[in-house]
Amino acid sequence: MLYKSRLHKDLLTKKFVVTAELSPPKGVEYNYLLDQAEALSTYVSAFNITDNQRSTMRMSALAICHLLESQGFETIFQITCRDRNILALQSDILGASALGIKNILAITGDYPLSGDHPFAKPVFDIDSVQLVHLLKQVMPGGKDFAGKELKGSPDFIVGVVANHGAQPQEPQLIKLQKKINEGAEFIQTQTIYDIDQFLEFLEEVPPAVPVLGGIFPLKSAKIAHFLNDNVPGVSIPETILRRMENTKDPYKEGIEIAVETIEAIQPECAGVHFMTMGAVDVIAEILKEVSIDK
Amino acid sequence: MIISDQKPFEEIAHSLKASDSIFVVGCGDCATSCATGGEKEVAQLAEKLAASGKTITGTAVIATGCDERLVKRDLKKSSLTPEDAVLVLACGSGVQAVNSVIDNYVVPGLNSLFLGKIKNLSTFDKVCSMCGECVLAKTGNICPVTRCPKHLLNGPCGGSSEGKCEVNRNNDCAWFLIYERLKKLDKLSFLNSYQPPKDNSKNNIRTRFNTERKS
Repeated sequence: MLYKSRLHKDLLTKKFVVTAELSPPKGVEYNYLLDQAEALSTYVSAFNITDNQRSTMRMSALAICHLLESQGFETIFQITCRDRNILALQSDILGASALGIKNILAITGDYPLSGDHPFAKPVFDIDSVQLVHLLKQVMPGGKDFAGKELKGSPDFIVGVVANHGAQPQEPQLIKLQKKINEGAEFIQTQTIYDIDQFLEFLEEVPPAVPVLGGIFPLKSAKIAHFLNDNVPGVSIPETILRRMENTKDPYKEGIEIAVETIEAIQPECAGVHFMTMGAVDVIAEILKEVSIDK
Repeated sequence: MIISDQKPFEEIAHSLKASDSIFVVGCGDCATSCATGGEKEVAQLAEKLAASGKTITGTAVIATGCDERLVKRDLKKSSLTPEDAVLVLACGSGVQAVNSVIDNYVVPGLNSLFLGKIKNLSTFDKVCSMCGECVLAKTGNICPVTRCPKHLLNGPCGGSSEGKCEVNRNNDCAWFLIYERLKKLDKLSFLNSYQPPKDNSKNNIRTRFNTERKS
Protein backbone atom coordinates (compact mmCIF):
# COMPACT_ATOMS: atom_id res chain seq x y z
CA MET A 1 0.00 0.00 0.00
CA LEU A 2 1.31 3.39 -0.95
CA TYR A 3 0.70 5.80 1.90
CA LYS A 4 -0.06 9.36 0.95
CA SER A 5 1.10 10.83 4.26
CA ARG A 6 2.41 9.89 7.71
CA LEU A 7 -1.10 10.42 9.05
CA HIS A 8 -2.49 8.13 6.34
CA LYS A 9 0.02 5.42 7.26
CA ASP A 10 -0.57 5.76 10.99
CA LEU A 11 -4.33 5.57 10.51
CA LEU A 12 -4.16 2.53 8.25
CA THR A 13 -1.58 0.62 10.31
CA LYS A 14 -3.88 0.92 13.34
CA LYS A 15 -1.32 2.79 15.37
CA PHE A 16 -2.93 4.88 18.13
CA VAL A 17 -2.87 8.20 16.33
CA VAL A 18 -2.37 11.56 18.01
CA THR A 19 -3.10 14.83 16.26
CA ALA A 20 -2.81 18.25 17.87
CA GLU A 21 -4.14 21.63 16.99
CA LEU A 22 -1.80 24.59 16.52
CA SER A 23 -3.22 28.04 15.87
CA PRO A 24 -1.43 30.42 13.49
CA PRO A 25 -0.18 33.62 15.14
CA LYS A 26 -2.10 36.85 15.37
CA GLY A 27 0.76 38.74 13.73
CA VAL A 28 3.83 37.68 11.80
CA GLU A 29 5.97 36.04 14.51
CA TYR A 30 5.69 32.28 14.14
CA ASN A 31 8.91 30.73 15.48
CA TYR A 32 7.24 29.64 18.70
CA LEU A 33 5.00 27.32 16.66
CA LEU A 34 8.07 25.52 15.31
CA ASP A 35 9.26 25.06 18.91
CA GLN A 36 5.85 23.73 19.94
CA ALA A 37 5.80 21.31 17.00
CA GLU A 38 9.34 20.16 17.82
CA ALA A 39 8.40 19.48 21.45
CA LEU A 40 5.47 17.30 20.38
CA SER A 41 6.89 15.68 17.26
CA THR A 42 7.57 12.31 18.90
CA TYR A 43 3.89 11.94 19.87
CA VAL A 44 2.01 13.59 17.04
CA SER A 45 1.33 12.17 13.57
CA ALA A 46 0.20 15.51 12.16
CA PHE A 47 -0.58 19.01 13.39
CA ASN A 48 -3.96 20.53 12.60
CA ILE A 49 -3.43 24.14 11.58
CA THR A 50 -6.58 26.11 12.27
CA ASP A 51 -8.25 28.47 9.80
CA ASN A 52 -9.21 31.72 11.54
CA GLN A 53 -10.45 29.57 14.39
CA ARG A 54 -13.70 30.71 16.04
CA SER A 55 -13.79 33.45 13.37
CA THR A 56 -10.81 35.20 14.94
CA MET A 57 -8.45 36.68 12.35
CA ARG A 58 -5.00 35.09 12.32
CA MET A 59 -2.23 34.31 9.84
CA SER A 60 -3.20 32.06 6.92
CA ALA A 61 -3.27 28.38 7.85
CA LEU A 62 -1.75 27.60 4.45
CA ALA A 63 1.33 29.71 5.25
CA ILE A 64 1.84 28.02 8.63
CA CYS A 65 1.31 24.57 7.10
CA HIS A 66 4.06 25.34 4.61
CA LEU A 67 6.44 26.72 7.26
CA LEU A 68 5.96 23.60 9.42
CA GLU A 69 6.16 21.18 6.50
CA SER A 70 9.42 22.78 5.35
CA GLN A 71 10.86 21.92 8.80
CA GLY A 72 9.71 18.31 8.43
CA PHE A 73 6.47 18.43 10.45
CA GLU A 74 3.37 16.96 8.87
CA THR A 75 0.28 19.15 8.92
CA ILE A 76 -3.46 18.93 8.42
CA PHE A 77 -4.58 22.06 6.59
CA GLN A 78 -7.94 23.08 8.08
CA ILE A 79 -10.20 24.72 5.51
CA THR A 80 -13.44 26.42 6.43
CA CYS A 81 -16.06 27.67 3.98
CA ARG A 82 -16.59 30.92 5.88
CA ASP A 83 -14.02 33.23 4.31
CA ARG A 84 -13.53 32.14 0.71
CA ASN A 85 -15.82 31.61 -2.23
CA ILE A 86 -15.52 28.60 -4.47
CA LEU A 87 -12.78 30.18 -6.59
CA ALA A 88 -10.58 31.11 -3.62
CA LEU A 89 -11.11 27.72 -1.95
CA GLN A 90 -9.97 25.87 -5.06
CA SER A 91 -6.98 28.20 -5.51
CA ASP A 92 -5.80 27.49 -1.97
CA ILE A 93 -6.37 23.75 -2.39
CA LEU A 94 -4.22 23.70 -5.54
CA GLY A 95 -1.62 25.84 -3.75
CA ALA A 96 -1.57 23.47 -0.77
CA SER A 97 -0.98 20.53 -3.09
CA ALA A 98 1.90 22.32 -4.82
CA LEU A 99 3.45 23.09 -1.41
CA GLY A 100 3.43 19.40 -0.51
CA ILE A 101 0.66 19.49 2.07
CA LYS A 102 -0.96 16.05 2.22
CA ASN A 103 -3.91 16.29 4.60
CA ILE A 104 -6.96 18.54 4.73
CA LEU A 105 -9.69 18.88 7.33
CA ALA A 106 -12.85 20.12 5.61
CA ILE A 107 -15.10 22.25 7.83
CA THR A 108 -18.05 24.57 7.33
CA GLY A 109 -16.70 27.06 9.88
CA ASP A 110 -18.08 29.26 12.65
CA TYR A 111 -20.17 32.31 11.84
CA PRO A 112 -18.24 35.63 11.95
CA LEU A 113 -20.38 36.91 14.86
CA SER A 114 -18.50 34.55 17.21
CA GLY A 115 -15.12 36.13 16.49
CA ASP A 116 -13.18 39.39 16.56
CA HIS A 117 -14.52 40.68 13.23
CA PRO A 118 -18.29 40.33 13.78
CA PHE A 119 -18.87 42.85 10.99
CA ALA A 120 -17.22 40.59 8.35
CA LYS A 121 -19.21 39.23 5.41
CA PRO A 122 -19.79 35.47 5.79
CA VAL A 123 -19.25 33.60 2.52
CA PHE A 124 -20.43 29.97 2.86
CA ASP A 125 -20.49 29.56 -0.92
CA ILE A 126 -20.35 25.80 -0.25
CA ASP A 127 -20.70 23.61 2.86
CA SER A 128 -18.44 20.95 4.38
CA VAL A 129 -20.12 18.08 2.51
CA GLN A 130 -19.66 19.90 -0.80
CA LEU A 131 -16.02 20.64 0.15
CA VAL A 132 -15.37 16.93 0.71
CA HIS A 133 -17.11 16.21 -2.61
CA LEU A 134 -14.80 18.71 -4.33
CA LEU A 135 -11.67 17.26 -2.69
CA LYS A 136 -12.46 13.56 -3.12
CA GLN A 137 -14.86 13.29 -6.06
CA VAL A 138 -14.16 16.23 -8.34
CA MET A 139 -10.50 17.27 -8.16
CA PRO A 140 -8.91 13.78 -8.13
CA GLY A 141 -10.65 13.24 -11.48
CA GLY A 142 -8.66 16.12 -12.89
CA LYS A 143 -11.51 18.62 -12.93
CA ASP A 144 -12.47 21.73 -11.01
CA PHE A 145 -15.93 22.50 -9.64
CA ALA A 146 -16.91 24.06 -12.97
CA GLY A 147 -15.91 20.89 -14.83
CA LYS A 148 -12.81 22.51 -16.35
CA GLU A 149 -9.69 20.41 -16.75
CA LEU A 150 -6.82 20.72 -14.26
CA LYS A 151 -3.17 20.40 -15.18
CA GLY A 152 -2.29 17.79 -12.59
CA SER A 153 -4.80 17.03 -9.88
CA PRO A 154 -4.51 17.16 -6.08
CA ASP A 155 -4.92 14.02 -4.01
CA PHE A 156 -5.37 14.74 -0.30
CA ILE A 157 -6.21 12.67 2.74
CA VAL A 158 -9.43 14.38 3.79
CA GLY A 159 -10.85 14.48 7.28
CA VAL A 160 -14.06 15.93 8.66
CA VAL A 161 -15.40 16.94 12.04
CA ALA A 162 -18.31 15.57 14.02
CA ASN A 163 -20.05 16.98 17.05
CA HIS A 164 -20.75 13.63 18.68
CA GLY A 165 -22.77 15.16 21.51
CA ALA A 166 -25.05 17.47 19.51
CA GLN A 167 -28.73 16.84 20.17
CA PRO A 168 -30.74 15.58 18.41
CA GLN A 169 -28.05 13.37 16.97
CA GLU A 170 -29.86 11.83 14.00
CA PRO A 171 -29.60 14.85 11.66
CA GLN A 172 -25.90 15.17 12.57
CA LEU A 173 -25.33 11.49 11.77
CA ILE A 174 -27.17 11.79 8.45
CA LYS A 175 -24.82 14.63 7.53
CA LEU A 176 -21.73 12.75 8.75
CA GLN A 177 -22.75 9.77 6.60
CA LYS A 178 -22.92 12.11 3.59
CA LYS A 179 -19.37 13.29 4.31
CA ILE A 180 -18.27 9.65 4.45
CA ASN A 181 -20.15 8.85 1.23
CA GLU A 182 -18.28 11.70 -0.45
CA GLY A 183 -14.95 10.23 0.64
CA ALA A 184 -14.06 11.49 4.13
CA GLU A 185 -11.17 9.35 5.42
CA PHE A 186 -11.05 10.26 9.08
CA ILE A 187 -13.15 12.05 11.69
CA GLN A 188 -12.08 14.40 14.47
CA THR A 189 -14.71 14.95 17.14
CA GLN A 190 -15.77 17.62 19.57
CA THR A 191 -14.08 17.40 22.95
CA ILE A 192 -15.06 14.37 25.07
CA TYR A 193 -15.92 14.36 28.77
CA ASP A 194 -18.88 11.99 28.71
CA ILE A 195 -17.25 8.70 27.74
CA ASP A 196 -20.49 6.72 27.38
CA GLN A 197 -21.91 9.34 25.04
CA PHE A 198 -18.78 9.12 22.88
CA LEU A 199 -18.83 5.31 22.79
CA GLU A 200 -22.48 5.39 21.74
CA PHE A 201 -21.55 7.75 18.92
CA LEU A 202 -18.79 5.40 17.77
CA GLU A 203 -21.33 2.64 17.28
CA GLU A 204 -23.04 4.81 14.66
CA VAL A 205 -19.89 5.43 12.62
CA PRO A 206 -18.91 2.92 9.91
CA PRO A 207 -15.94 0.97 11.36
CA ALA A 208 -13.82 1.61 8.28
CA VAL A 209 -13.59 5.32 9.06
CA PRO A 210 -11.09 6.09 11.84
CA VAL A 211 -12.28 8.43 14.58
CA LEU A 212 -9.93 10.65 16.57
CA GLY A 213 -11.63 11.65 19.81
CA GLY A 214 -11.33 15.29 20.81
CA ILE A 215 -9.43 16.07 24.01
CA PHE A 216 -9.49 19.51 25.59
CA PRO A 217 -7.85 19.29 29.03
CA LEU A 218 -9.78 21.25 31.65
CA LYS A 219 -7.77 23.90 33.48
CA SER A 220 -10.34 25.12 36.00
CA ALA A 221 -13.86 24.55 37.27
CA LYS A 222 -14.82 27.85 35.65
CA ILE A 223 -13.74 26.64 32.22
CA ALA A 224 -15.55 23.33 32.78
CA HIS A 225 -18.81 25.13 33.59
CA PHE A 226 -18.35 27.50 30.66
CA LEU A 227 -17.90 24.61 28.20
CA ASN A 228 -20.78 22.68 29.73
CA ASP A 229 -23.15 25.64 29.57
CA ASN A 230 -22.14 27.30 26.31
CA VAL A 231 -20.57 24.94 23.81
CA PRO A 232 -23.05 22.98 21.69
CA GLY A 233 -22.59 19.23 22.08
CA VAL A 234 -20.30 19.45 25.11
CA SER A 235 -21.80 17.87 28.19
CA ILE A 236 -19.59 17.37 31.22
CA PRO A 237 -20.80 14.77 33.73
CA GLU A 238 -21.52 15.97 37.27
CA THR A 239 -18.71 13.83 38.67
CA ILE A 240 -16.14 15.65 36.56
CA LEU A 241 -17.57 19.08 37.39
CA ARG A 242 -17.35 18.19 41.11
CA ARG A 243 -13.77 16.96 40.75
CA MET A 244 -12.74 20.24 39.10
CA GLU A 245 -14.53 22.23 41.80
CA ASN A 246 -13.09 20.32 44.75
CA THR A 247 -9.49 19.86 43.70
CA LYS A 248 -6.63 21.96 45.08
CA ASP A 249 -4.72 21.57 41.81
CA PRO A 250 -7.13 22.00 38.90
CA TYR A 251 -4.36 21.82 36.28
CA LYS A 252 -3.29 18.39 37.56
CA GLU A 253 -6.90 17.25 37.92
CA GLY A 254 -7.56 18.27 34.30
CA ILE A 255 -4.60 16.18 33.19
CA GLU A 256 -5.84 13.19 35.20
CA ILE A 257 -9.31 13.48 33.68
CA ALA A 258 -7.80 13.63 30.17
CA VAL A 259 -5.61 10.59 30.89
CA GLU A 260 -8.61 8.61 32.17
CA THR A 261 -10.66 9.65 29.15
CA ILE A 262 -7.98 8.61 26.68
CA GLU A 263 -7.43 5.27 28.41
CA ALA A 264 -11.18 4.60 28.39
CA ILE A 265 -11.72 5.38 24.72
CA GLN A 266 -8.47 4.12 23.22
CA PRO A 267 -9.53 0.47 22.74
CA GLU A 268 -12.53 1.67 20.73
CA CYS A 269 -11.21 4.46 18.50
CA ALA A 270 -8.28 5.24 16.21
CA GLY A 271 -6.72 7.93 18.33
CA VAL A 272 -7.11 11.34 19.87
CA HIS A 273 -7.08 14.92 18.69
CA PHE A 274 -5.84 17.55 21.15
CA MET A 275 -7.29 21.04 21.25
CA THR A 276 -5.43 23.13 23.83
CA MET A 277 -5.77 26.74 22.66
CA GLY A 278 -2.01 27.27 22.53
CA ALA A 279 -1.16 25.50 25.80
CA VAL A 280 0.57 22.60 24.09
CA ASP A 281 2.88 21.61 26.98
CA VAL A 282 -0.03 19.84 28.61
CA ILE A 283 -0.22 17.39 25.67
CA ALA A 284 3.17 15.83 26.47
CA GLU A 285 2.31 15.77 30.18
CA ILE A 286 -0.87 13.84 29.42
CA LEU A 287 0.66 11.43 26.92
CA LYS A 288 3.49 10.54 29.32
CA GLU A 289 0.84 9.27 31.74
CA VAL A 290 -1.28 7.33 29.24
CA SER A 291 -0.80 3.66 28.69
CA ILE A 292 -1.78 2.62 25.20
CA ASP A 293 -2.55 -0.98 24.33
CA LYS A 294 -1.81 -0.63 20.62
CA MET B 1 -45.19 40.46 1.12
CA ILE B 2 -42.37 43.02 1.37
CA ILE B 3 -41.79 43.85 5.03
CA SER B 4 -40.77 47.42 5.72
CA ASP B 5 -39.97 49.68 8.62
CA GLN B 6 -40.34 53.46 8.74
CA LYS B 7 -37.10 55.42 8.73
CA PRO B 8 -36.47 57.65 11.77
CA PHE B 9 -38.24 61.01 11.32
CA GLU B 10 -34.88 62.80 11.69
CA GLU B 11 -33.50 60.97 8.66
CA ILE B 12 -36.60 61.80 6.59
CA ALA B 13 -36.47 65.43 7.74
CA HIS B 14 -32.79 65.61 6.82
CA SER B 15 -33.49 64.34 3.28
CA LEU B 16 -36.23 66.96 2.93
CA LYS B 17 -34.41 69.89 4.53
CA ALA B 18 -34.03 71.84 1.26
CA SER B 19 -37.63 71.19 0.19
CA ASP B 20 -40.48 73.50 1.23
CA SER B 21 -43.43 71.75 -0.46
CA ILE B 22 -43.93 68.05 -0.06
CA PHE B 23 -46.27 65.47 -1.57
CA VAL B 24 -46.58 62.18 0.37
CA VAL B 25 -47.15 58.85 -1.41
CA GLY B 26 -48.15 55.60 0.31
CA CYS B 27 -48.81 52.04 -0.81
CA GLY B 28 -52.14 50.25 -0.40
CA ASP B 29 -50.54 46.85 -0.46
CA CYS B 30 -47.52 45.68 1.58
CA ALA B 31 -46.78 48.98 3.35
CA THR B 32 -50.41 49.16 4.44
CA SER B 33 -50.25 45.64 5.88
CA CYS B 34 -47.02 46.50 7.69
CA ALA B 35 -48.57 49.73 9.02
CA THR B 36 -45.67 51.69 7.59
CA GLY B 37 -47.17 53.39 4.52
CA GLY B 38 -50.97 53.08 4.48
CA GLU B 39 -53.60 55.85 4.69
CA LYS B 40 -53.05 56.25 8.42
CA GLU B 41 -49.25 56.47 8.33
CA VAL B 42 -49.29 58.80 5.31
CA ALA B 43 -51.64 61.16 7.17
CA GLN B 44 -49.54 60.99 10.35
CA LEU B 45 -46.30 61.78 8.57
CA ALA B 46 -47.90 64.59 6.53
CA GLU B 47 -49.13 66.10 9.79
CA LYS B 48 -45.72 65.81 11.42
CA LEU B 49 -44.00 67.44 8.42
CA ALA B 50 -46.60 70.23 8.39
CA ALA B 51 -45.94 70.80 12.09
CA SER B 52 -42.24 71.16 11.31
CA GLY B 53 -43.02 74.01 8.89
CA LYS B 54 -43.34 72.21 5.56
CA THR B 55 -46.20 72.77 3.10
CA ILE B 56 -48.01 69.55 2.24
CA THR B 57 -49.41 69.87 -1.28
CA GLY B 58 -51.22 66.54 -1.16
CA THR B 59 -51.11 62.80 -0.46
CA ALA B 60 -51.93 59.67 -2.42
CA VAL B 61 -52.06 56.03 -1.40
CA ILE B 62 -51.57 53.96 -4.53
CA ALA B 63 -53.29 50.56 -4.54
CA THR B 64 -50.06 48.80 -5.50
CA GLY B 65 -47.16 51.18 -5.03
CA CYS B 66 -44.70 49.17 -7.12
CA ASP B 67 -46.91 49.20 -10.22
CA GLU B 68 -45.62 52.00 -12.45
CA ARG B 69 -48.93 52.12 -14.39
CA LEU B 70 -50.97 52.78 -11.25
CA VAL B 71 -48.43 55.27 -9.89
CA LYS B 72 -48.46 57.20 -13.18
CA ARG B 73 -52.29 57.20 -13.38
CA ASP B 74 -52.85 58.26 -9.77
CA LEU B 75 -50.16 60.94 -9.64
CA LYS B 76 -51.34 62.44 -12.96
CA LYS B 77 -54.77 63.19 -11.48
CA SER B 78 -53.35 64.29 -8.09
CA SER B 79 -52.43 67.75 -6.80
CA LEU B 80 -48.69 67.07 -7.28
CA THR B 81 -46.78 70.07 -8.63
CA PRO B 82 -43.36 69.98 -10.37
CA GLU B 83 -41.75 71.84 -7.45
CA ASP B 84 -42.79 69.26 -4.83
CA ALA B 85 -40.43 66.85 -3.18
CA VAL B 86 -42.15 63.46 -3.10
CA LEU B 87 -41.85 61.38 0.04
CA VAL B 88 -42.64 57.72 -0.66
CA LEU B 89 -43.79 55.39 2.11
CA ALA B 90 -43.33 52.17 0.16
CA CYS B 91 -40.66 49.53 -0.32
CA GLY B 92 -37.62 50.14 -2.52
CA SER B 93 -39.55 48.98 -5.57
CA GLY B 94 -42.32 51.45 -4.78
CA VAL B 95 -39.86 54.33 -4.38
CA GLN B 96 -38.23 53.44 -7.69
CA ALA B 97 -41.58 53.04 -9.44
CA VAL B 98 -42.44 56.62 -8.40
CA ASN B 99 -38.98 57.79 -9.39
CA SER B 100 -39.39 56.19 -12.85
CA VAL B 101 -42.57 58.05 -13.78
CA ILE B 102 -42.02 61.62 -12.50
CA ASP B 103 -39.18 64.14 -12.65
CA ASN B 104 -39.60 65.38 -9.06
CA TYR B 105 -37.08 64.94 -6.27
CA VAL B 106 -38.12 61.63 -4.63
CA VAL B 107 -37.24 60.65 -1.04
CA PRO B 108 -37.66 57.16 0.49
CA GLY B 109 -39.44 57.04 3.85
CA LEU B 110 -39.07 53.32 4.61
CA ASN B 111 -36.38 50.71 4.92
CA SER B 112 -37.26 47.49 3.04
CA LEU B 113 -36.43 44.54 5.28
CA PHE B 114 -37.34 41.25 3.60
CA LEU B 115 -39.88 39.18 1.75
CA GLY B 116 -42.10 38.05 4.59
CA LYS B 117 -44.69 35.58 5.75
CA ILE B 118 -47.43 37.09 7.93
CA LYS B 119 -47.65 35.45 11.35
CA ASN B 120 -50.12 37.96 12.77
CA LEU B 121 -50.86 41.67 12.42
CA SER B 122 -47.54 42.67 13.98
CA THR B 123 -45.25 39.71 13.33
CA PHE B 124 -43.60 38.87 10.03
CA ASP B 125 -41.16 36.06 9.35
CA LYS B 126 -38.40 35.94 6.78
CA VAL B 127 -38.63 32.46 5.26
CA CYS B 128 -37.68 32.99 1.60
CA SER B 129 -34.81 34.95 0.09
CA MET B 130 -35.83 34.60 -3.55
CA CYS B 131 -32.66 32.78 -4.53
CA GLY B 132 -33.94 31.89 -7.98
CA GLU B 133 -33.36 28.15 -7.53
CA CYS B 134 -35.92 26.85 -5.04
CA VAL B 135 -34.86 23.89 -2.90
CA LEU B 136 -38.06 23.54 -0.85
CA ALA B 137 -39.10 20.31 -2.57
CA LYS B 138 -36.15 18.58 -0.89
CA THR B 139 -36.33 20.25 2.50
CA GLY B 140 -39.86 19.72 3.77
CA ASN B 141 -40.76 23.23 2.58
CA ILE B 142 -38.46 24.90 5.09
CA CYS B 143 -35.81 27.03 3.42
CA PRO B 144 -32.21 26.48 4.62
CA VAL B 145 -30.94 29.13 2.21
CA THR B 146 -32.87 31.72 4.21
CA ARG B 147 -33.28 30.30 7.68
CA CYS B 148 -29.77 28.88 8.16
CA PRO B 149 -27.30 31.78 8.48
CA LYS B 150 -24.68 29.63 6.75
CA HIS B 151 -27.13 28.66 3.95
CA LEU B 152 -26.17 25.00 4.45
CA LEU B 153 -27.69 22.58 1.94
CA ASN B 154 -26.56 19.23 3.34
CA GLY B 155 -27.61 19.29 6.99
CA PRO B 156 -27.04 21.11 10.27
CA CYS B 157 -23.69 22.48 11.41
CA GLY B 158 -22.14 21.23 14.64
CA GLY B 159 -23.42 24.32 16.42
CA SER B 160 -27.05 23.27 16.18
CA SER B 161 -28.14 22.45 19.71
CA GLU B 162 -31.48 21.23 21.03
CA GLY B 163 -33.12 22.61 17.90
CA LYS B 164 -31.64 26.09 18.24
CA CYS B 165 -29.27 28.01 15.97
CA GLU B 166 -25.62 28.55 16.91
CA VAL B 167 -25.67 32.09 15.59
CA ASN B 168 -28.75 33.20 17.54
CA ARG B 169 -30.03 30.92 20.27
CA ASN B 170 -33.48 32.54 20.04
CA ASN B 171 -33.86 31.22 16.50
CA ASP B 172 -34.80 27.70 15.54
CA CYS B 173 -32.16 25.73 13.65
CA ALA B 174 -33.50 25.48 10.08
CA TRP B 175 -32.10 21.97 9.75
CA PHE B 176 -33.77 20.88 12.96
CA LEU B 177 -37.10 22.11 11.54
CA ILE B 178 -36.39 20.33 8.25
CA TYR B 179 -35.50 17.13 10.09
CA GLU B 180 -38.64 17.27 12.27
CA ARG B 181 -40.89 17.99 9.30
CA LEU B 182 -39.49 15.22 7.11
CA LYS B 183 -39.56 12.78 10.01
CA LYS B 184 -43.24 13.54 10.53
CA LEU B 185 -43.89 12.94 6.82
CA ASP B 186 -41.82 9.73 6.92
CA LYS B 187 -39.56 11.22 4.28
CA LEU B 188 -36.23 11.42 6.13
CA SER B 189 -34.65 9.63 3.16
CA PHE B 190 -34.81 13.01 1.37
CA LEU B 191 -31.82 14.00 3.51
CA ASN B 192 -29.57 11.16 2.40
CA SER B 193 -28.49 12.42 -0.98
CA TYR B 194 -25.70 14.89 -1.67
CA GLN B 195 -26.93 18.37 -2.55
CA PRO B 196 -24.66 20.30 -4.91
CA PRO B 197 -23.81 23.98 -4.32
CA LYS B 198 -26.29 26.60 -5.45
CA ASP B 199 -25.89 28.26 -8.82
CA ASN B 200 -25.47 31.88 -7.77
CA SER B 201 -25.79 33.03 -11.38
CA LYS B 202 -29.51 32.17 -11.13
CA ASN B 203 -30.13 35.22 -9.02
CA ASN B 204 -27.21 37.59 -8.57
CA ILE B 205 -27.23 39.25 -11.97
CA ARG B 206 -30.91 39.04 -12.88
CA THR B 207 -32.57 42.46 -12.97
CA ARG B 208 -35.60 41.78 -15.15
CA PHE B 209 -38.09 38.96 -15.60
CA ASN B 210 -40.39 38.90 -18.60
CA THR B 211 -43.18 36.31 -18.52
CA GLU B 212 -43.49 36.36 -22.31
CA ARG B 213 -39.82 35.94 -23.07
CA LYS B 214 -39.00 33.93 -19.91
CA SER B 215 -35.67 35.66 -19.51
